[in-house]
Amino acid sequence: MLTWLASARTGGLLALAAALAALPLALVNNYYYEVAILVGLNAIVCVGLNLLIGYAGQISLGHAGFFGIGAYGSAILAARYGWPPLAALAAAAGAAALLAFAVGRPILRLKGHYLAMATLGFGIIVSIVIATEDRMTGGPDGMSVPPLALFGYAVSGERTWYWLVSALLVAAVWLALNLIESPRGRALRALHGSEVAAEAIGIDSARHKLGAFVMSAVYAAAAGALTAHYAGFITPSKVSFQHSIELVTMVVFGGMASTFGAVIGAAILTTLPQLLTAFREYEMLVFGAVMMLTMIFMPRGFVPTLRKALASKN
Amino acid sequence: MLLRTEKLSKRFGGVDAVKAVDLEIESGAVFSIIGPNGAGKTTLLNLLTGIYRPSAGRIVLEGRELNGAAPYHFAAAGIGRTFQTPQIFLNMSALENVMAGRYLHEPCGLWTALLRLPGLARAERACRDEAARLLAFVGLEEWAGTPAEGMPYGALKRLELARALASQPKLLLLDEPAAGLNPIETLEIDRLIQRLSARGVTVVLVEHNMKLVMGVSQRVLVLDYGRKIAVGDPETISRDARVIEAYLGAAA
Repeated sequence: MLTWLASARTGGLLALAAALAALPLALVNNYYYEVAILVGLNAIVCVGLNLLIGYAGQISLGHAGFFGIGAYGSAILAARYGWPPLAALAAAAGAAALLAFAVGRPILRLKGHYLAMATLGFGIIVSIVIATEDRMTGGPDGMSVPPLALFGYAVSGERTWYWLVSALLVAAVWLALNLIESPRGRALRALHGSEVAAEAIGIDSARHKLGAFVMSAVYAAAAGALTAHYAGFITPSKVSFQHSIELVTMVVFGGMASTFGAVIGAAILTTLPQLLTAFREYEMLVFGAVMMLTMIFMPRGFVPTLRKALASKN
Repeated sequence: MLLRTEKLSKRFGGVDAVKAVDLEIESGAVFSIIGPNGAGKTTLLNLLTGIYRPSAGRIVLEGRELNGAAPYHFAAAGIGRTFQTPQIFLNMSALENVMAGRYLHEPCGLWTALLRLPGLARAERACRDEAARLLAFVGLEEWAGTPAEGMPYGALKRLELARALASQPKLLLLDEPAAGLNPIETLEIDRLIQRLSARGVTVVLVEHNMKLVMGVSQRVLVLDYGRKIAVGDPETISRDARVIEAYLGAAA
């Protein structure tokens, strides 16, 4: 029983759930709730993106594209075609999965810089399409999005959203941890370690990379759709190259190949700009500096570095 | 007949790295491939594991043709290997490296993994036990939890062997398992190969250490400039005039 509690999966999940349950004590007004909800939504994207970047070792500089497909797909289906928001969200996530499958098959053959460029190109195409198809998307002005309704009940109010996003974050982390601690997850880490050796023990590396890419796209699209319905409004800035870079920075800062690191990274780097509102114009500067300092002083990221420091103390 | 090749060839540009090699490997023996540097030994192993596509010729494992298949198909068909420079998953512990080696024998369904369906936990425990047993077999039991990146070179060579064994290959290809090892470590590898052979694993050994080759092999193939120049038992090979010439140069 004790070992079960102490295992990284169960212990970590319980700690995360406890933290999320206790957090409202510190959330003194709606603005704090709003920031916490954004943290949760970004954390969902990062947990998915970490499967791709941290575990499978494949970079993506275009995940804001999948976030945007989720956000705009769900928004357009709900606002323009009158779909129930939940069905619109599911359809948008499904569309992102199909697109990731179609795009991932050719581009995941590329490695390193080439893969970075290809995913960057993908993200830019999505953001251009969204900015120019203004009849559907509202163009650069953005579009308003109907509120989320679950089984006939409208989800409204910061508190309700907070509990919904918290539950989804715990579920997202649970699924990711399950995947990583399975033979499939080992296959992902193996092909990250040495692709030629992974193939030599029977791992179809192309298939597993594609699987991680599709899964991370679904995480991003689902979080994108939720973000759109929560905010009630969506603009192309959330689909921009800048947003892709922010997401990668959160994953790298929090700690590659650490699911809880992805959550912490999203938490710190979503909150930081809110604390530095006076320096709003320099937001990208701050992200750039965080990325550089992380690479220089803790290349493994925040959580793995912290864990190691604690382990060596004991 | 476990593995057979017919006129197996690989050209790189204008160079015949491997030219028209016919091979016949029987089950349960240690079959060694020797030859001077650049003779095409590693190219041959890369052909036999699907890393290279043959320019011509056939590879047949237990009657099944494997030409042009991807490396993971070769592994699934029962060919395991180690590399000249160990290809270790440095992002994992020693035990996890060996567990990863059991990939082909573990439940790998997406939903089984995502929802941690019943049965997976039991399979994982069995996988862990088997991996621990294999680590003990190669003498690395005390390294189990160590991150592979912190292990010495000699241990990595044996770790790679344990990982290859975990996939339960019918045919195990070892590319210079003793390269870079000191005499004591080489002796350990020698013993391991003998024990593997005794357990019925068919081993193909590429090695420069002649003492090791002549001691453990039942048959030896000699390559020079990509061609087969001799094949036979170690005794015959060591007296073969063409082999001596290839190694020492023609007598003046």
